[in-house]
Formats: sequence, structure tokens, C-alpha cells
Amino acid sequence: MSYPILSTVIFLPIVGAIFIFLIKRTSETLIKWTALLLSLLTFALSLPLFTDFDKTTAGMQFRETADWIPAWGIKYALGVDGISVLFVLLSTLLAILCVTISWNSIKLKTKEFYAALLLIEGSMIGVFCSLDLFLFYIFWEAMLIPMYLLIGIWGGPNRIYAAIKFFLFTLVGSVLMLVGIIVLYLNTGRSFDILQMMATNYPYDLQVILFWAFFAAFAVKVPMFPVHTWLPDAHTEAPTAGSVILAGILIKMGAYGFLRFNMPILPEATKAMAPAMMVLSVIAIIYGAVICLGQTDLKRLIAYSSVSHMGFVTLGLFALNMQGLQGGILQMINHGVVTGALFLSVGVIYDRTHTRQIADYGGAASVLPVYAAFFMVFTLASIGLPATNGFIGEFLIILGGFTASKVLGTLSATGIILGAAYMLWLYQRVFFMEVNPKLQGYKDMDMREILTLVPLLILVFWIGVYPNTFLSFMDASVQNLINRVNTAGQPQTAQHIIEVIK
Amino acid sequence: MGADDLLALLPLLVIAAASVVVMLAVAFYRKHMLTVQLTLGGLAIAFISLFAVASVVPRKVTPLIIMDSYALFYMGLIFAASFVVTILSYGYIEGREGRQDEYYILLLLATLGSAVLVSSNHFASFFLGLQILSISLYVLIAYFRVSELGNEAGIKYLILAASSASFLLFGMALVYAQLGTMEFSLIAQRSTAADMRSALLLAGLILITVGAGFKLAVAPFHMWTPDVYEGAPAPVSAFIATVSKGAMLALLLRYFTLVDIRTFGPLFPVFTAIAIASMFTGNLLALFQDNIKRILAYSSIAHLGYMLVAFLASGALAVAAVSYYLIAYFVAILGAFGVITLMSGKVKDADTLDEFRGLAGRRPWLSGIFTAMLLSLAGIPLTAGFIGKFYIVTAGVGSALWLLVLVLAVNSAISLVYYLRIVAALYARSLAEEAVAAPHLSLAGGIVMAVLTLLLVWLGVYPSPFIRMLQTTVARLI
Repeated sequence: MSYPILSTVIFLPIVGAIFIFLIKRTSETLIKWTALLLSLLTFALSLPLFTDFDKTTAGMQFRETADWIPAWGIKYALGVDGISVLFVLLSTLLAILCVTISWNSIKLKTKEFYAALLLIEGSMIGVFCSLDLFLFYIFWEAMLIPMYLLIGIWGGPNRIYAAIKFFLFTLVGSVLMLVGIIVLYLNTGRSFDILQMMATNYPYDLQVILFWAFFAAFAVKVPMFPVHTWLPDAHTEAPTAGSVILAGILIKMGAYGFLRFNMPILPEATKAMAPAMMVLSVIAIIYGAVICLGQTDLKRLIAYSSVSHMGFVTLGLFALNMQGLQGGILQMINHGVVTGALFLSVGVIYDRTHTRQIADYGGAASVLPVYAAFFMVFTLASIGLPATNGFIGEFLIILGGFTASKVLGTLSATGIILGAAYMLWLYQRVFFMEVNPKLQGYKDMDMREILTLVPLLILVFWIGVYPNTFLSFMDASVQNLINRVNTAGQPQTAQHIIEVIK
Repeated sequence: MGADDLLALLPLLVIAAASVVVMLAVAFYRKHMLTVQLTLGGLAIAFISLFAVASVVPRKVTPLIIMDSYALFYMGLIFAASFVVTILSYGYIEGREGRQDEYYILLLLATLGSAVLVSSNHFASFFLGLQILSISLYVLIAYFRVSELGNEAGIKYLILAASSASFLLFGMALVYAQLGTMEFSLIAQRSTAADMRSALLLAGLILITVGAGFKLAVAPFHMWTPDVYEGAPAPVSAFIATVSKGAMLALLLRYFTLVDIRTFGPLFPVFTAIAIASMFTGNLLALFQDNIKRILAYSSIAHLGYMLVAFLASGALAVAAVSYYLIAYFVAILGAFGVITLMSGKVKDADTLDEFRGLAGRRPWLSGIFTAMLLSLAGIPLTAGFIGKFYIVTAGVGSALWLLVLVLAVNSAISLVYYLRIVAALYARSLAEEAVAAPHLSLAGGIVMAVLTLLLVWLGVYPSPFIRMLQTTVARLI
């Protein structure tokens, strides 16, 4: 490895975005090809993370450190471990697909669109790589602006409302986290070093306060049950690429935040709050799934299914055992792949029909057979059929959840049944039944669209059949995390609550 | 008064001389361009003289004026801001009806008043500086007499400023009656003695707070702000929002680092209440405005509230935090009003949301700059405003002001709604492309905006040099 991989992968898209901004507005083809090449190049440059990663250690790898604002002890520090490396790769992959799926559908302000897309990509990767809390916060917030513009300019009819709601929810959480970050900073001897924080034991009361401060930011992003209402609006109004980024990466950052900050830095508080978090997760699973049954809008349905699926993720994480954590992390990847693919698929048909209403479809399988096959695979993966990736993730999570609490584990399993119900019903209404006359005459997927979906199709089966490729990345890091949480002092009250729930 | 004393006063002398030179030049030879050049020259020389003065500070020149690195820093800020306002004013005034040149004399005088404020060490110089500033502003606000809004704003400002000045005077008198001195350092010294803390002193200080609060436009003394900002010419609004408020805040900060505000009986809760009220009033009322100048007026009320949070935290960190925030605020407000100035036509300022709708399509760079300024005011990372907000929260948390910090956090989220409304309007699909004929952009105006934007990003991305500068200048105050 002869180049600073992480910096390159973060800043190539950002510099590229500025470059695209300088291209003449009228040369749309040049803009599109530049964006595609940049995203392909970024992906290629991120591949050494996959091949050269040392799976035997839980430590941070590919580290880069430099002074940034020495007066405040702020460093430019990057690094990945087994938990974050997969998200970096997923980000670089999905960015390519976002470019190709938008190829013909974005006709307004093309230049700004691709620039915003690349800016988001760079800052998302920055979030996953930062080892300095200040740097992390900068990336975390910097991403909001291009995302806001993405929804607000290229979105559906209700886009301004959705964009502002998205920004507002996220910012309220983030600002509370900022206060938490500063409290943490002052209690860590004026340092923002995340690794140093992971090795520090903070007083329990402080941990609890900080837990909720960070919770405010991460729960909104995930989104967890009471603060999820921005997600359906944002997903529904966003352009396809925006939805893919939202579902694929952005909402993973919340769960990642729990993994990276709440658990290792505030282990005692995490243990104490885990039961509450698990209860919220199960509510999200069931609530999201029930709402899905009543949706008439394709994207809105998939958006609510995200709430349900992310409930599984947080359930797994806060089960705080090996199966749960691994399943949770794997399910984050899975959800990125599958929901990303579902939104891409909806984008494919939306480009033709320009309607998201389920009632406007019907019998699509006979008009667009190839498309129907792709959609079927992703539907089944979303349900969690064995041999697809969804099965592995949900299986591990329910196993972990069941180990932590029998009641909650059992309840969460009903989410899978409901999931099968709403997804299959959706598939039936769109692809089977009588052919809707409005659908006559539409062409099946072209080569660009097929190539966009194929990588995700491969991943669905790869993870489904041989998950060890990916699980092996996180083994050491997850084990390390569990040790950190378990060796922390055990508050009496929390133990008591866990007993009661069991 | 020796040579060193005169040298120490050089910046003030230069500005005063510049206003006389401009006045004489206008009397004999009226040419807009020349007047502007003289004004800019005067401000530039005054700015450069700060470096010459740096060798003799800190120095008390008569009991009235204290020249220290703190005063020099704020003078630099004031001169730089006036420089920007002057350049913006040129394009704005050129081609408008009425006399053009007297404007710059008044601007220089207002600058002089502000500079006196930040270096004052005595009630006399305090009041003197304040009145030079205020009287210049009365005229500047109503400078274009054909504008009804301008006249209304001028009279409103005149009446309120005059009555608040009387509060201030009364307060000073009470303090003097109790302590027998008008010098800040002596007031601080004597008022720490327990037997001096009578109701009389407290009443005096509260009356002074009222007078200062009017100038700062903090709630509940903020009523004039939106009307004046809306009615005044855009560059003058920028001047009021930055220089006039900044000077007053610098003065308060100087005084209250001498006296620990926390130990001062009910003064601390009073300021806490003012800070909280300003944040909520500013941000909540801004939500209901459709006029960008009014939005910025309310937002500036809230920003003063934020600065009071750090102000209340007290200590070296607080002084540096307020100063940093003030730099960030100056840059962003000057930039935002700069965009309004550049967009304004010959008759009326461009200040309604509708006039900015779809600006991104017509003027992508200008709307990009405006977006950056607004995001900085909202405190979004990579802009100066974020580092400023971060500084303030750190100061607040460091002094355990939990209530204020939480209110600040909630408010910065509320504020986002109206900043984003403007941004959304900028990037909205324009209703009628050709409805608003965009005025020609002057080269100087363009350069100023570019410099402000670069500064905004620099302050937000690599603040180290500025932090070091603050640590060697303003933080010495302690």
C-alpha cells in the first residue's frame, strides 16, 4: 500500500465534486462520465481495504494521524477496524450505483446533482473512518447539507417539507451530541482521541448523561421508534439515488455510532440502558411492519420497512452478545444492500411510469419479466428467506435477542412474519393480478439498469450462502467490544431490570 | 501627554483626521470615487497603525482611554468591518438620488465612536464614544430621505437610543454617587468591597445594563432592531449589526472581566434571563418573517444571546470564545448583508424572500456565497460559525452553565428552520426567470464577497492561526 488509502477514498470524491462544479453546465455527458469514473476509481482505490485487512487484530488499521488544531488537541486521525471497514466498502460500491441509476432520470441541474452525490460519499466515508471525535462530528454534519439539497432540489412534490424535516430532526440530535462531545472532551483531559476515550473509565452518572446525549443523535439517524417520523417523508420525496444513500448508508451511521461510541466509551451506561433500547427496538420492528401493511405508496412502504429492519439491527446490537452484535452489523450491511436494491428497483419503474402508487401497478410481471425476477430476489432477501443474506442476519439477531431476553426475542420474530406478509402482498399487487392497462408498452430493463442491480444481486447470495467472508472481518473487533462492555462495572439496578425482563 | 501617549492614540487620531480630510475634500471637490478612496485610505492607515501601536501597549492614556492588545484587536476588527462596509456602500450609493459623499464622513465618525468604546476605561469615554456612534447612526439610517421606511427607522432609532442613553447616564450617576469614581478599574476594585454593595450601586449597574442592552439589541430591548434593519440602507444595517454591537459587547466584556459577574448578586441571573430571552425571542420571531433583512435582524438578536452564554461563563476561555464568535459573526453578517447590497436595485433594497427565489439559477456564485454565510450563521461545520459555536459551548460547559448550554442547543436547531427557508428559496425553481433584473455586479463588490467567503471557510476549517492570535491578544485581558 503506497498511498494513504483512507484519505484518498474520502477526499477523491470531495475534490472530484469541486472539479465537476467547474465543468460547463451544458456538457452533461462529460459531467456524468466524470462522476462515474470518479466513483469507480474511488471504489477501486478502496479495494485494498478488503484484501489487505488484517482480520486477526481488533485494533485500528490503515491509520493516519496529523495535527489539525493543536490549541484544542484536535487531530486529523483516521483508521478502520473490523466494524467500520465493511461500511466504507459498501459506501464506495453504492455510490457507483447511485450514479448509474440517475443517468437518465436527473435532467435538472445535473452538475449540482453529481457534485452533491460525491460530496455525500466523501463525508459518509469520513464518518466511518474518523478516530477523532471532532473530525467525526464535522463529517457527520457536513453530509447534511448536500443531502438536504439532494432531497430539496431533486425530490418529489413535497420535497421542501421533507428536506427541512430531515435536516431539523437530525440537527436537534446532533446539537445535543455536540454538547455531549464537549463534555466528554473536557473529561478526557481536553482530548478528542476516540481510542483514548475507549480506554478511559468515566463515572457512571456521567456515562448515563452522555449516553442520552449521543442517543439523541444516533437514534434519530437509525431511526429508532419515537423519532423515526422524518424517514418516511425523506425517503419518499428523495430522488432514487437519495433514497439509496439514505437507506444504504446514512441510517447505518446511527447504528454505527452506537457501536463506535456508546458501547466502548460508555460501557456501564450501555449495559444499564440495553433493556430499554431493546424494548424500543422491538416496538420499532412490530410498529414499522404493521404500518407497512397499510401503505399505498411504494417508496413509503419500503421506507417503513426500513424502520422495522433497523429495529432488528438495534435489537441485535443491544443484545450485547456475540451473535446479536455480529448479526446486527451484518444486518446493517444486508439492509444497505437489499433496501438499496429495492429503492433502485422502484427507481427503475418510476422512471417509466412516474407514479409511486401501488394501485397504478398490477401484472407487471408479464410486461417486465426480467425486472420482476430481480425484484423477486430482493423481496425474498428482505423477508429473510434462507440462502439470501437477510436470513443470516435476522437469524443471528433473533438468536442473540433470545439469549438476552426470551420475551423480546419471541416478539421480534413476529416481525419476520409480518415482513413476509407486507412484502409478498406488495409483490402480488405490483407484479401479479390483472395487467394494469397503464403499464402496457413499457420496455423491460436495459443493460445499464441490469448492471446496476447485478452487483447487489451477487452480494445477496454471497452473504446468504457464505457469510463467513464478511463475518470474519468483524470477529476480532466484536469480541473486543464485548469484552470491553462486560468488564465494565455492573450497576445493580440495571442488572435487576434485566432479570425482571427475563 | 508624551510622544508615546500620542503614538498610542494613533489609530483614533488617524480615523478622526480621516473624517476631517473627507469633509474638507467634499467641501471643495465633490466626487464619489475620490471620497470613497479617501475613506478607504483612512481606514487602511488606521488599521496599519495598529501594528505600530502594538509596541507601546498596554498603556493608559489619560484616565479615559486604555490602549491594550485587547483594544487593538477589536479596533482591527472594527476597521476591517468598516472597510468592507465602505466598499459595499460605494456600489450601493452610486447612481442613487441625493448627495452621496457625506455618508462616508458619518461612517468614519461612527467607526471612531466604536473605536473609542472598545478602548474606553472610563464612563466619560464610554458615553462619548457611544454618542459619537449613535448620532452618526441616526443620520446614516435615514440617509436616503426619499425612503419612507428609512425615515421611520431613523426616528425610531433616534427616540429609543436617546432614551436608552438617559438610562445609561442615570446609571452612571448612581454608580458614581456610590463609589466616587468613573474609572472602570477603580469601580471594579471598590465594588468588590462588601460594604459598597448597596442597592444604589446595583440599581446603577442595572440601568447601565439597560442602556447597553439597547445597543446590543438583546431581549427585551430589541424592539427597534427589525424595523431599523429593514428601513436602513443595507450597508448601514450591516454596520449596525456588526461594528456597533461588537464595540458595545467588547466594552461590556472588558468591564465584566474586571468584576466577576458571578459574584455580583442579581446581575448574573439578570444576564442569564436576558441571554435566554434573546435566544428564544430572536429565533422564534425570525420564523415568521418574509423579509430577509428582518430575518437577519432577529437572527442577530439570537446571536447576541449566544455570545452572552460565553460572556457569562467568564474566564480567559470565555473572552477568547466571544471574540472568535464575534469574528465569525462579523464575517457572516457582512457577507449576508453584502449579498443583499449587491442584489439591491437603485430604488429599493432586495430584501423579500421572493426576490431571492431561484437566485441559484441566475447567479450561482452569489447564491453559493449567500448559502455559505447562512450556514455559518446556523453553525454548520466547515464554516466559521461552527467553530465559534463550538468555542462558546466549550466555555459554557467548562463553567457548568447547563441551562444556558441546553437552551443554546435547542435554539441552534430552531434557527436552522429560517436559515434553511432562505436556502430553499435560493435553490427553488424560479417562478419567473426574468422577473427581477439582476443588477450588474461590481468588481470590488465581487472581490469583497470572495474574500469574506474564503475567510469564512478558513476560519471554519483551519482556525489554529486565529486561535493563537486570540490567545496572544484578547486573552491577555485576564
